[in-house]
Parts: sequence; C-alpha cells; structure tokens
Amino acid sequence: MTGRSHSRSLRFALVAIPLFLAIVLLQTRIDAETRTIAQQKEELLLRSGPLLKKLSLGYDSLLADIYWTRAVQYYGSRVGNVGEKFELLWPLLDVTTSLDPKLMVAYRFGAIFLSEPAPMGADRADLAVELVKRGVSANPDDWRLESDLGFLYYWHLKKYPEAAAAYLEASKKKDGPVLMKMMAAEVAAKGNSFSASRAIWTEIFQTAQDPSTKKNALQHLQSLQAQQDLLALDKYSEDYRKRTGRYPTTAREIYESGVLSGIPVDPAGIPYIFGPDGKAQLDPKSSVVLDKPSNGPPR
Amino acid sequence: MSTPAIEIQGLTKDYAVGFWRKQMRRSLDNLTLQVQEGEAFGFLGPNGAGKTTTLKILMSLIFPTAGTARVRGRSIDDVRMHREIGYLPEQPYFYDYLTARELLDYYARFFGYPAAERRQRVALFLERVGLASAGNVQLRKFSKGMLQRVGIAQAIVHDPQVIFLDEPMSGLDPVGRREVRNIILDLKRQGRTVFFSTHILSDAEMLCDRVAVLVGGKLQGVGAPGEIVSMEVYAMEIFFEMRSGRPLPGALAAHATKMGERFRVEVPEAQLYPTLEQLRGCEARILSVAPLRPTLEDYFLKLVARDKANSLPAEVGSAR
Amino acid sequence: MSTIPGVVAINTFREAVRDRVLYNLIFFALMMIGASILVGEISIGISRLVIINLGLSAISIFGLVMAIFIGVGLVHKEIEKRTLYTLLSKPVKRWEFLVGKFGGLLLTLTVNTALMTIGLGAALYYVSRSFLRTDASILVAVYFILLELGLVTALALFFSCFSSPMLSTLFTLGLYVAGIFSTDIRDIGMLTRSPATQAAARAIYYLLPNFHNFNAITAAAHGESIPVSLIWQNTAYAASYVVLVLAAASAVFSGRDLK
Repeated sequence: MTGRSHSRSLRFALVAIPLFLAIVLLQTRIDAETRTIAQQKEELLLRSGPLLKKLSLGYDSLLADIYWTRAVQYYGSRVGNVGEKFELLWPLLDVTTSLDPKLMVAYRFGAIFLSEPAPMGADRADLAVELVKRGVSANPDDWRLESDLGFLYYWHLKKYPEAAAAYLEASKKKDGPVLMKMMAAEVAAKGNSFSASRAIWTEIFQTAQDPSTKKNALQHLQSLQAQQDLLALDKYSEDYRKRTGRYPTTAREIYESGVLSGIPVDPAGIPYIFGPDGKAQLDPKSSVVLDKPSNGPPR
Repeated sequence: MSTPAIEIQGLTKDYAVGFWRKQMRRSLDNLTLQVQEGEAFGFLGPNGAGKTTTLKILMSLIFPTAGTARVRGRSIDDVRMHREIGYLPEQPYFYDYLTARELLDYYARFFGYPAAERRQRVALFLERVGLASAGNVQLRKFSKGMLQRVGIAQAIVHDPQVIFLDEPMSGLDPVGRREVRNIILDLKRQGRTVFFSTHILSDAEMLCDRVAVLVGGKLQGVGAPGEIVSMEVYAMEIFFEMRSGRPLPGALAAHATKMGERFRVEVPEAQLYPTLEQLRGCEARILSVAPLRPTLEDYFLKLVARDKANSLPAEVGSAR
Repeated sequence: MSTIPGVVAINTFREAVRDRVLYNLIFFALMMIGASILVGEISIGISRLVIINLGLSAISIFGLVMAIFIGVGLVHKEIEKRTLYTLLSKPVKRWEFLVGKFGGLLLTLTVNTALMTIGLGAALYYVSRSFLRTDASILVAVYFILLELGLVTALALFFSCFSSPMLSTLFTLGLYVAGIFSTDIRDIGMLTRSPATQAAARAIYYLLPNFHNFNAITAAAHGESIPVSLIWQNTAYAASYVVLVLAAASAVFSGRDLK
C-alpha cells in the first residue's frame, strides 16, 4: 500500500514541479504587463471613503490596512519618475483615513509626502493640512497630529504664528513632550530657524516606520547641515579674500591657510568648493541635495 | 487447468478506528479462494462479515492492506479487467434524473460501442430484465424492485463474463426475488460466472454450485452446499392438530410446540412410529410428517454463535 | 465526445440542466431588463458604463456562485449517493472521472456565461442603439471571467474529493478572496523587517491562485483595449494552474478508499 502511494506522490511531483515553474514565470510576465498598463492609466475605482466604509461590511480597519499598504507601495514605486504628480496619493490616504480614522502612520505619511514638492511628493500642502486637520478632529487627544500640523505651517506654508499655535496645542495634550513647548517658543520668537528645523526633522527621522519617510527626513537633515556649513564657509571665504586678495576655490585652501583644523566636508563626506563669486557651494559630485527653495535663513 | 475466473490470494483489509485512528480493526483476514468459469458462487455470511469489503476490493473501490486478486487472469489493478465484469452494489442508487434507457445508454458508452449497436443493446437488456415498458420513466419514480432490475441490466449490458452481485435479493418482495433468481439462472445457462453475496441461505442452496462462508472476516468453509452440511437425516418433524377439548398426551406435551391451532414436534427417527401411534390414540389429526436434514442455515448459525462466543471481532492490536 | 472524460462531462452537464441550474438566467435577464429601463432615463455616456459594469459583475458573481456550489458537490455527491460505485466498476480510471466532472461543470458555466453575454449585448444595444468597435474588450473581459471560473471550479473539485460541501465551500471561497488580495498580502509582508517574512510573502504570492489577474471589467467598461499578450499569458496561467490542481485532485483521489 505504501509503495503505491509513494509512486503516486512521485508521479504527482513530476507533473507539479514544471507546472509550478510555468506558473511563477507566467505570473511575473502578467505582473510586468499589468504594471505598464496601470502606469498609463491611474485608476482607483472607489474614491469615496464613506461609501467604501459602508461597503466594507464592518471590515473597515482591515480594508484600511490594505489601502494604507497600497498607498505606501504606490508612492514607493513612483518616486523618481520624471514629472510624477502622485495623483492617487491623496485619494488613497483619504480612503485609508476614512476607513480607519485612528491610523496615525497614514496621517504622518500624508503630512510629509503630500506636501513635499516634486519630484519627492505631490506638492499639495493644502491637502496635507486638510488630512491632518481631519486627523486632529478624529483624535483630539493625540499630540502628534498637532505637531504635524505645526510642521506643515512652519516648513511648507511658512505661516509661523499658526505653526507656533499648533505646537502650543500639541504641548497641552496628554503626553505632549517638552519639545513641543520649546518649538512653540522658538518659532514664535524667531520664525524660521535652523534649530527648529533640525528638531523637526530629527524627530521625524527617529520615529519613522517606513523606509521612504526615513530617507526623506535624512535628506532634509543633510540639507540643513549643508546650509549651515555654507553660511559659515561664506564668512571664511570673505576672510580669505581679505588676507590673500582672492577668493578660495576649494575647501582645502581654507584648511591650509591654518584657520580650520580639518578640511570642511559636506554631510556626504565630499569637500566643499567655492564659486567665482566666493560663495561656498556643494561639489556637484556630492549626493547631498539642497532643499529648493532653501529653508532656513536666506543667504 | 484453465485460468480460474476469480482468484483471490491472501486478501486482507485493516481499518483504522477510534477517535485518534490509532487502533486497527481487521475486517478481512487472509482470504484465499478460487472460482471457476461458469460457476454460480455464493458468498455467505452475516452482516459485517466482510462480504461487501471483499467485493469493494475486487472493484478497486477500496484497496487491500495485503494480498492480491485476479479476474480472468488480469490483476484487479488493471482497469481493462473491468471490461469483462459487471457489478451490482448493495442497495444501489442511480442518477435519479435519468430514465432507465438513458442510464443504460450512459454506462454502455464506456465500452465504445457504435451508436446503433448501443441502442440495440439498451433495448435488449431492458427487455431482458422486464423493464421494456418503463424505459422512458425517470429513475426517481422506480420502485425498489425496478431499481434492482435496472441495476442488473447495467451490470450485464456489455456482456461481461463474470458478474458480481452484492445482496441482489435484498429488500425485494417474493415476486422480485423470483425474477432475480431467474436472471441469475439465465446467466448461468449462458456459461457466465456469477459471484454473489447473500445472507438468504435458501437462495444460495438453490442457485449455487459452490458457496463460501465468511464470518468475522475469516473464511470458514468452501464447497458445494451439500458438502458443507451432511445430508443425513437427524430427526423427523410432525405437524398435527388436536380435536377440540382433548389434552395432549403427557410425554408429547413436554416436547410439542403450539403454533396457532397446530402443534409441532421433533422426534428421533426411531421414535417416529410410536409417536404416531400415540397421536392416533388420542384422535389427533396428522397434518404432515417430514425428515429434517441440517441446512446451511443451521451450519451458519452454529458458526456465528461459535464466533461470538470465542472473542470480540478480530482486533489486531494497535496500529504501527 | 467519445472519450471517457467526455462521456462523464456530457452527463454532468445534463445533470446540471435537469437540476434547473440554468434557471438563474431568468434572474439575470430580469435584472438586466430592469437596469436597462432605469438607466435609459440618464444621458447616453453613463448608461453604457453602468450596463457594462453591472452586466459583467453579475456574470462574474452568478458564475462564481454556480462554480462553487456545484463544484463542491461534484465528487462528494457521487460518493454520498454511491453512484460512483457502479461508475468505477466500468473501465474508467479515477482521473478520467475527475476530468470529466470538471469538463461538465465548465461546459455548464460556459453555456450559462455565453447566454448571459448575449443578454448583456441585447441590453447594451437597447440602451445605446449601437455597438462600438471598442466593445470587443467586453468579450475579452467575459473570456477572462471564464478563465477565472475554470480555476475556481478546479479548486472546488479538488476539495470535493475529500471534504464535506460546507468545508469545501469555505476553503474555495477563502482561496478566491486570498487570490483577489494576493498583491496586498505580499506587499504587507514585504514591509516587515525580517527577510524570512519577505521571502515567505513572495512565495505565498506565487503559490496563491492570483484571481486579480483576470479582472478586466473596468477596462471593458471604459472601452480600453486589452493587449493580446495579456490574453495569452492569462490563458496559459489559468491552464497551468488548472492542470496542477486537477493533478493534485487525482493524486489524492486515486488512493482513497471509498466508504
């Protein structure tokens, strides 16, 4: 009896293995085919959050998770495409948060990537604010959402009084960290500042749960660091000209003139260079990218 | 010696029983027997003896734990063997949305007959089992007897040499039973081998060249019905009536059994005439006198009683 | 149909017809008539969209229900009713029986779907008084639905070989839903940090029957053309998967003691 069942299993394996390989191969081809179709025509059949909530028959938070995953996948697969506008990002996040208004990570993601200018985001700070405000009304005790609102007012919309107010609100909520009070004070007093910006992006970097957000925060931190360095180097450049009669061209020259203890390098480790007008610049070979228009005090 | 029609060698079947399927129950124990071409062979035994199990193994509906079997020289593993056999299962059920004609036509298609021949066969065999007039009636309207007849028709529509019938008389009224008996006799006359299981011993005695008796999964005996039981008379049976009011003579009263108005008594052959004298003496009316021989039934019942007394149904310890 | 599977298939089809399974077409017809009349009130642009969406979705759902409910009984019913005993006493191999049952239900589904498609065409003509060349994508969408139904049938048949109709329904339906959302299942797995989970998520994606491949209803509703290469790929995928499932069913069923 076992001999017969062994030969049956063997025969099945002989048939099943090539078939399974064929199936895997075909599936990858089908996926490639449908991906090109999908990129030409963006489609989200149901855009109405409330309608979808009714249709989901009580499984809303499961469906919210699925839409959230799709939103992350959508962003991740398109970031880097030339001229990408991420048109479906808002509807996807809209549906996600309608289905599950407590999905915090979706609000944070939307706050960052809806407002981020092209090519990293949808360049729609207004939609980002709408999304986060909706989050605030659904989760009145959560300090993080007010903090995100503060971030949006401060970083993208440059409305410093509103930003300070939002940070103050955040500090009053349950578990609101001391940082929020400090941010409120700093922004109210100085408006745009390096320390406030760095605090914001550091917090985002440390609490980021998905790779896109972390990478984005790191880029901003590097840009901030570079901007500060460039401001400082401009002064050194002027000093150099006063002493030697001409502007420096590379950072090495400043080092060799003895005023610095090491060669000034950017956050990527590449030495800075100087333009013909004496202003410090990033080496074009560097991977660091400055935010445009640059945030922080003007040069 | 030509190839036997059916050759069974050491056929054994164990089932896992119990909630965790840990214990094995042996429903068929090392069955070995042969059936020759043209024999009408009776497979006898009480319910649960393993008769249906044997038939199902032969049909490859279930698979044996050990042993082999061949039909007309072909192993039961060979699908081609099924061209030469017909099978009627116990209490059969057929597709009730089909008519009798459609059912036979369906089964006949598995044998590759050209359309015209298939039509002829269907008509012929409907006739043969006496269902010619009911050919276009849906099977869901058939009585039990009619279903049994359709069942036999589908078993023989392709002219098989060996026919297996599992309890072909079960649930039939006497008329139905007689019809089935006649069909079996017909098949015998055509030289086919008929292998049928039954627990109606009188049918077996009447129809079979040889019988095998299965009790508790084990073969108890094989042979002609007459070989299994001796033909010796062991007693005489007298049926009689008493005139109203007259009492029975003392000795008789102890041994006689009353059935309605009649009495029955068994006496040893030597005592026949003295008993008859006694009855004449009290003016009893003799209804019948007949010799008693041991029947298959007696042999059977003795075997079953012995099997029950010996042990519980054969258990072969735990699995593995 | 002189092959053994063919004989079994035709009989399976006949059983479905006599079981009045095709009466579901009446509901479909009534629904399409109702929709056509209702939608005729609205402007022409939307009405085509609604009719095609509704019609194709109904074809898919009706077909799915039929495939599952009949499919889970295909083998189980023959075992319970013991009609299988007489059948297997004929020169029929068990796999031939399985393929025949599959073919019979697939034939029933094809006939049912074809009639519904005609009904859909009639409703479309009534509502817009013309056929466009782009309507050919409707036929492709229907073909994809048939491929999908074939795969569901094979799965239902597989479970029917060893489990009760209720369990088989749950398993088949479960696999169908999983196959619709298999991309999302994979993506959720890919977002975790452990490479083992990521690999498992990818493996599951390929193992599951990916029913989302066959959804062309939206494309047909908008009159978009569907690339021929996708038609070949989906056909090959469905065929391979069906053969795999039937082979598995045969492996399981051929060794089984029938009660």
